[in-house]
Amino acid sequence: MIETIATAALAVNENLNIQKRRIANGKSNRRLSLVTGTHGDELEGQYLAYMIGSYLNENIAMLDGIVDIYPALNPMGIDSITRGVPMFDLDMNRVFPGSKDGTMIETLCASIVDDIAGSDVCVDIHSSNIFLKEIPQIRMSVPTAPTLLPYAKMMNVDFVWIHESATVLESTLAHTLNTRGTKTLVVEMGVGMRITKEYCRQLFDGILNLMKELEMWSGETAPVREPIVSEGREVGFVNSDAAGIFVSCVDFGDSVSKGDHIGDVVDPLSSAVVEKIDAVCNGMIFTLREYPVVYGGSLLARILQPASGGDK
Amino acid sequence: MKKKVLYSLKSPYREQLDVIGFRFGHGKKSAAIVGAMRGNEVQQMYVCSRMVQELKKLEAKGKITEDCEIMVIPCVNYYSMNIGKRFWAMDNTDINRMFPGYWQGETTQRIADGLFSKIQGYEYGIQLASFYQVGNFLPHVKMMDTGFMQPDMMKDFGLEFGILRKPRPYDTTTLNYNWQVWETKAFSVYANATDDIDENAADEAVYAILRFLDKQGIVSANTPPGYITKIIDESKTKQIRSEASGVFKSLIEIGKRVERGDMLGVISDPFEGEVVSEIRSPVSGTVYFEYHDPLINSNTVCFKIIK
Repeated sequence: MIETIATAALAVNENLNIQKRRIANGKSNRRLSLVTGTHGDELEGQYLAYMIGSYLNENIAMLDGIVDIYPALNPMGIDSITRGVPMFDLDMNRVFPGSKDGTMIETLCASIVDDIAGSDVCVDIHSSNIFLKEIPQIRMSVPTAPTLLPYAKMMNVDFVWIHESATVLESTLAHTLNTRGTKTLVVEMGVGMRITKEYCRQLFDGILNLMKELEMWSGETAPVREPIVSEGREVGFVNSDAAGIFVSCVDFGDSVSKGDHIGDVVDPLSSAVVEKIDAVCNGMIFTLREYPVVYGGSLLARILQPASGGDK
Repeated sequence: MKKKVLYSLKSPYREQLDVIGFRFGHGKKSAAIVGAMRGNEVQQMYVCSRMVQELKKLEAKGKITEDCEIMVIPCVNYYSMNIGKRFWAMDNTDINRMFPGYWQGETTQRIADGLFSKIQGYEYGIQLASFYQVGNFLPHVKMMDTGFMQPDMMKDFGLEFGILRKPRPYDTTTLNYNWQVWETKAFSVYANATDDIDENAADEAVYAILRFLDKQGIVSANTPPGYITKIIDESKTKQIRSEASGVFKSLIEIGKRVERGDMLGVISDPFEGEVVSEIRSPVSGTVYFEYHDPLINSNTVCFKIIK
């Protein structure tokens, strides 16, 4: 069943409609919500939504519960390759929980929250932006980790990043839902404006496994990997200081030692290497720059240090 | 006056970005004035350029108080201004959501850090601010309610209204909020327009800032008499949202007093021209914000009224 959960009239002969598809079977009221498309340039979740929906179509008898798929919280953004909400240049994931009495975007956000709240688990799927590629990972704040970590481990991701809380993140969908008691996992994987089939497949297996653990799914599941958890580890950030074109000489998931050469920033005009980029610490590369043009400050890589913070 | 490069950033394909500050007087860090941080804040840059003119004249006449220094930064983000973008040219991030900044962080965090390190420690901070929606504001001054502020100081600008805003989570990374946290008394001055230049509002903003600096004893300036400022809590103002979408026409000017039930604007069908919504004021008061675009979506703030 496809349902419009929020709508707003646009200026000329069109409505902005936020839709979900409800797939239900059996007697259980257990509900899993899969949410994506908050940022219009993040497309990995689009393919994953299709994969899950089509697989459930073919294997509906194995489902005992409700799966709600929200493929596009920011449909105009996806349609116009705009990360934020077109016209307003607003990051939708800084407007939650929204307000019933607020502006157009605030009222849409409030309706989204109302519709998802009460799910047993919500999975909020993001890609990175167009600049960075991310290994499949789940992110959560320190206060939510005791509740969310057991569920994150069911999801077949490579990495769980538990980060400090930040006041500005209180405006996200995940924070809002977690605050209201709906366990919400934020997935980051792949890169903006692209679909990485292998990552979608990996998360697909994770979602089926989560459904099995929630006793909503009696079909087959694949074994899931044990993620590396950032607890007790530091994350090293590699930023460029120079401007130019970044060319990496490492890959995702590579383990590096502090000082290892991981890439160069080069100047196409002078043909010079303007900055040699070295690893800032020992560890595994879980974020790597995809878009080559960089300024001083552009993020090039994130490295997860080993638990001891010492040698590899 | 001394013209100083406060922060520089190299670009792969453009001339280096130099954030320029104009320093008047010398001694105690008394007031910093910041203009455009977004590429469409033309009016905000213009008001600062007018301030540079006024302060040059005052300095030449010895009217800047001894042991007082004023810094004016007309434009932080001209990279975006020159290519018609609102936010940072490369990654569309907003410099005014990056404070206090981080020198080892991403590009706009570094710009925010580079700027903030130079404008921190001033006793007073004045930002020429804009609103994310297209529209015109009655010139007014605003403070964040951080618990560190003294709202009555807004009266020294002599603008008609001083508005106190309770910060939301996303406000905690703005310049104004961080200035206050680092003990600068921070004010946002809204000079009506953003993308266009409104000379009358620019005059009013320049006089207001000079009046404020004069009241604090930083300059000695003659300005036209100001208003007796009414201080109000933003949550007590009335926002009027569109109940329909279509072609929007305002029937009122900002600054006008309206009575409950007065017609403020109409929305008509974009194809057939029929009026689909009459926008009437639910309260009596003064119109201080008016939406300014021919097309309007539903649930869009089209007027704000100070009761």
